[in-house]
Amino acid sequence: MEYTILILLLPFLSFLLIGLLDSRLKPGAAGTFGTVVTGIVAALSYWTAFSYFGGGRNAEGLFPTMIPWNAEWLPFGGNLHIDLGILLDPISVMMLVVISTVSFMVHIYSFGYMKGERGFQRYYAFLSLFTMSMLGLVVATNIFQMYIFWELVGVSSYLLIGFYYTKKEAIAASKKAFIVTRFADLGFLIGILIYGFYTGSFSFTPDSAVIGSAKVFLPIALGLMFIGGAGKSAMFPLHIWLPDAMEGPTPVSALIHAATMVVAGVYLVARMFPLFIGYAPEVLHITAYVGAFTALYAAVVACVQSDIKRVLAFSTISQIGFMIVSLGVCTSADPHEGGLGYMASMFHLFTHAMFKALLFLGAGCIIHAVHSNEMSAMGGLRKYMPVTHITFLVACLAIAGIWPLSGFFSKDEILAACFGFSPVMGWVMTFIAGLTAFYMFRLYYCIFWGKENKELHAEHTPHEAPLTMTIPLIFLAVVTLFAGWIPFGEFVSSNGQAYHIHIDWAVAATSLCVAAAGIAIATWMYLREDRKVADGLAAKFSGLHKAAYHRFYIDEIYQFVTHRIIFACISTPIAWFDRHVVDGFMNMLAWLSNQCSWLIKGMQSGNVQKYGIWFLGGALGLTVILLLI
Amino acid sequence: MEYYLIVSTIMMFVGIYGFLTRRNLLAMLIAVELILNSVDINFVVFNRFLFPGQLEGFFFSLFAIGISAAETAVAIAIIINIYRNLRNIQVRNLDKLKW
Repeated sequence: MEYTILILLLPFLSFLLIGLLDSRLKPGAAGTFGTVVTGIVAALSYWTAFSYFGGGRNAEGLFPTMIPWNAEWLPFGGNLHIDLGILLDPISVMMLVVISTVSFMVHIYSFGYMKGERGFQRYYAFLSLFTMSMLGLVVATNIFQMYIFWELVGVSSYLLIGFYYTKKEAIAASKKAFIVTRFADLGFLIGILIYGFYTGSFSFTPDSAVIGSAKVFLPIALGLMFIGGAGKSAMFPLHIWLPDAMEGPTPVSALIHAATMVVAGVYLVARMFPLFIGYAPEVLHITAYVGAFTALYAAVVACVQSDIKRVLAFSTISQIGFMIVSLGVCTSADPHEGGLGYMASMFHLFTHAMFKALLFLGAGCIIHAVHSNEMSAMGGLRKYMPVTHITFLVACLAIAGIWPLSGFFSKDEILAACFGFSPVMGWVMTFIAGLTAFYMFRLYYCIFWGKENKELHAEHTPHEAPLTMTIPLIFLAVVTLFAGWIPFGEFVSSNGQAYHIHIDWAVAATSLCVAAAGIAIATWMYLREDRKVADGLAAKFSGLHKAAYHRFYIDEIYQFVTHRIIFACISTPIAWFDRHVVDGFMNMLAWLSNQCSWLIKGMQSGNVQKYGIWFLGGALGLTVILLLI
Repeated sequence: MEYYLIVSTIMMFVGIYGFLTRRNLLAMLIAVELILNSVDINFVVFNRFLFPGQLEGFFFSLFAIGISAAETAVAIAIIINIYRNLRNIQVRNLDKLKW
């Protein structure tokens, strides 16, 4: 399996080539090159998955963990060293497939979406960089390699959010994303260092003998690592960057901020799962509560947003909340006894990546057609864009959890896991699932049904997107239709043993009813052109509506804390100290030498013979001194 | 021996006096040569009278003559360049680089 190194090297080469040649390369050539490379990577990933899972289980009933390629990079002495390598195990292989598929689709799609944009080559170069770093993140052999690629992913996300660098909001959004995630990564780094210090290695599976002495600090280290994961995965209260990140090009939102990068936090927790479950189950349950709150918060906010990409962004936050909850409610490593959530979370990650990418790409088509993100510019689009309409509907049904689409299966497993943990958690998550159905169908009706914005459409008739944009939609829709039937538990489960998924029909029926209720309410409120009910409700609960529309003022709170408290009370005095004391001392040194120079400058008369006199006088003086002593 | 040393001392101070009072670069160069030659004489004299069996002093004076020849060549090259640029080799006018 040594060829797996190519999965990392090819996108990197493509990044270097496109990035260095930049505008010397024709846009078409750059795009084709990037797409072909990603296609090869996708093919290699499929082949890897096929041969890995086809290789069969070993005697213990596990898929063997393979390290086909490894290099010691930074030895620190002792057992502590940082390696760079490739690790294949069920979840990393699964992630390879997800990332390369979505990345490939986005590459194709961007041909149509980004056509004629300035910086087309730059865009493809960054996409390649992102693909490389995300793939490197999932195949990391140790926590430090993961951290390196984690930061690379953050950088490429920053670059792509700020792609339209002449737009003020885009720059602000990219900075916000970078700073917030960087701030969270500080926790991650400290966690890694504590982990490395007490266990003496950066490996994911340290010796159990070593852990004995590190038991006290392991929960702290894992908790800090989760903060890093929460930053990337936009968990409350570090979620503020994700809605703003929608300023980037829509395919980027689909790839980075829906399908792959934002689930890195989930992947991190899943990767550290054996340690979490073995040594810090309390921390794991805390993550569950954080996830549940995030899911609820984001779902409520998503119900009232008017920008379609913002709705999808909050929906993403909510769904990631689902995955984190699902991991957090695990109580043992055995999938039959409380370890179901692990499998459910990974399954939902897989299906969510597909249908959320589909939703974003569909939203991209719509934005492409009406040149606006606002719902008010849409309505009645089903006549103009049949392909987008159907695929969008498929994705909405999937995320709402309707049988037999993929979302149903994974969400059902998550709900079953939650009910297994505590009934309260189960009901809360079921309620959020209903909310999900509601806001997705609100979005759907507002875009494709309802009142048409005649004035806007008269100027510019919406039209179906070109083939390069619809083919990825159709492909992802097909995946969304059938991915639920993948026997996922056979491949991925919390202890590696095969787990046969069986649908708990009591839970499934409840969630189906709730989803159907959500859809029905959305239909009742938004299908008709006048939307009397919706407007009436908004007017009646105007305070709540306004608060939710402003995302419960979390951004304003951040603004207040950073500007009024941190900047005003801490940073300003420090800045004053730096300006006046540190700089002042340096300035004083410079001033002193300046003054001394003024004093002696008269000696530089430019008269050679005067110099001669001074020289002779000095030499004589020295001689006299030497003679006397 | 003293006579030789008196001659070299006189040459030395004549050279220093010339170096400090002449205004012309060429004249100053000649004065510097006088100083160097007085030192050469000293070398030879001390070698001849104090260590007659050895030759270091002679060699040193040969070295010094060789070096001073090279140094003169460099100095004259510099002076010629100064003259080309400024049309003048009066030393009091050469104060372009002062602060």
